[in-house]
Amino acid sequence: MAKRPIPTEFIVERDKDKCIACQVCVRMCSNDVHIYDADTNIVTNDNSKCVGCHFCETLCPTDAITIKKNESSFKPNANWSASVISDITKQAETGGVILTGMGCDKPYTIYWDHILLNASQVTNPSIDPLREPMELRRYIGRKPDKIELNYNKGKIKLKTKLEKQLKLAVPIMFSAMSYGSISLNTCASLAKASHELGIFYNTGEGGLHKSLYKYGKNTIIQIASGRFGVHPDYLKAGAAIEIKIGQGAKPGIGGHLPGEKVSEEISETRMIPEGTDAISPAPHHDIYSIEDLRQLIYALKEATDYEKPVGVKIAAVHNVVPIASGIARAGADYIAIDGMRGGTGAAPKVIRDNVGIPIEFAIAAVDARLREEGIRTNVSLIAAGGFRSSGDIIKAIALGADAVYVATSALIALGCSQCQKCYTGKCNWGIATQDPYLTKRLNPEIGVQRLKNLIRAWSLEIKDMLGGMGINSIDSLCGNRTHLRGIGLLDRELEILGIKSAGEPQ
Amino acid sequence: MKRIRIDEKYCMGCRLCEVHCIVQHSKTKNILKTYMEEYPKPATRILVEEKGYVTFALQCRHCEDAPCLDACMTGAMYRDKKTGAVLCNEDKCVGCWMCIMTCPFGVISRSPDKKSIASKCDLCMGEDVPVCVKNCPNEALKYEDSKD
Repeated sequence: MAKRPIPTEFIVERDKDKCIACQVCVRMCSNDVHIYDADTNIVTNDNSKCVGCHFCETLCPTDAITIKKNESSFKPNANWSASVISDITKQAETGGVILTGMGCDKPYTIYWDHILLNASQVTNPSIDPLREPMELRRYIGRKPDKIELNYNKGKIKLKTKLEKQLKLAVPIMFSAMSYGSISLNTCASLAKASHELGIFYNTGEGGLHKSLYKYGKNTIIQIASGRFGVHPDYLKAGAAIEIKIGQGAKPGIGGHLPGEKVSEEISETRMIPEGTDAISPAPHHDIYSIEDLRQLIYALKEATDYEKPVGVKIAAVHNVVPIASGIARAGADYIAIDGMRGGTGAAPKVIRDNVGIPIEFAIAAVDARLREEGIRTNVSLIAAGGFRSSGDIIKAIALGADAVYVATSALIALGCSQCQKCYTGKCNWGIATQDPYLTKRLNPEIGVQRLKNLIRAWSLEIKDMLGGMGINSIDSLCGNRTHLRGIGLLDRELEILGIKSAGEPQ
Repeated sequence: MKRIRIDEKYCMGCRLCEVHCIVQHSKTKNILKTYMEEYPKPATRILVEEKGYVTFALQCRHCEDAPCLDACMTGAMYRDKKTGAVLCNEDKCVGCWMCIMTCPFGVISRSPDKKSIASKCDLCMGEDVPVCVKNCPNEALKYEDSKD
């Protein structure tokens, strides 16, 4: 038989009248799509290699390049779509697992788009955030059940000793991305932006590079099943410690950083030999129960003199509710739940697209259960997994999240175009790569500014929405589901989300 | 004086600075016309140096003790009193190439579009910011006051 080649996904359309053969695209494409012929002084392309990252399109000085979807397609078929045929062809060719990057791209219902926010009219005045103070500050950590005060000659002092809290200027943090999966310049951008914004970023499981210790006050350090780069100074470097059990894009699956990405710097940071594969096992081999988890939580608290909150990150799976309840009882200060649209540097496509549940359900169900059990104040909830806008974020907070983790949006702010080829290590934008020729394309100075702009824009929008609802503090919105209404949802979905349908009054 | 500072850590080696330098010193200053219609098109006055993955864009440093000024026998090379930039008066240049011989950075070249004229960075006189700096996609070139 004739072997069918893997179908070409994108077509590089080059406007011949505009192409000046300056070869910027030729030099910049890490996938070698553009080819320059010196004899004819013409640039041509090999479309089969194009991943659709749009880097060449961005840099082309004459706008001669447009990346288009390859329309030469198979007969339209809802079941046997082009991507299905392409995947089967790849597997018939290679016999391997299909890898992918970033979050699930399947058209499952995005519940944020089926939830509407409330606003004030007549009976409850709205607030103008430009004229009146608006509070976006949040504290992450265990809250006391009651507060005792000391009154002394008119002075009021807090008698209750509060547990350590993370103080967030806005209820948004940068989610875990390890040095290894992303470049050091990306880590540095996230770290410095967090420092300047008064929020936190998460190291992921790859340890903390020595140049980033100075941002420790704005760092959540992560401990995952591979225990990469974990040593006493690392534990003490951050503001909080997070035990990573699972990741939304690949629940139940470990990680694998191929040896070719383990450079000298990464080997030093991760404390593994240079050039060896960094494999994170699927489970923590010392955690097979909530009791085991409690041991690790307290071992970490002990190691850091009870000075840092210890959180646990899990993927949103079917049993997320009882698991979260268990984690709260195990002594965690916060629970981060990562929904199925959360991103990854590399995951089997079949896992990414088929495992887990959306974050909307997870956060609503967990918040409701923790309230029922009377332990909601013992623990903070952080929602993660595919937050695209301030609208999504404010809805998550109204559903019960204390704060949200964003990562994909942060990467998009840094240039990422969601080509889903992070696992190849050839990221043209200098984000998901360790190739020194590519990593320098992300200038942290620009990165920091863009991240700061994004969070600033979102906080302004959140203030606007809060003001419209007549609320002047994000605290008053947390878990306040009366401000949400569902549209186009089934009764059962509304019930789990704990919200009424649009049209129903209070 | 204001100088172009090179940050080689973030130079991607795309050579867009060269493209925009050529356009800026063309007759029309239009990118398509420069490349499609002008022959010979002007030489770039900024050159991206490459070794391995290290790249950086080099142009005239406008040295304080510029050897090209001493070497120029006709006085074509002169220092602009207002900006401090080292410029070449094309009417005086006779093309002896002594400036090219003495330039420690190798950033003066023969102009291909005019006979016997030395071509070098003029900091895009008339522009607020040189075009190479303005168009660097990764801000690897900066135009700032130097302390020396």
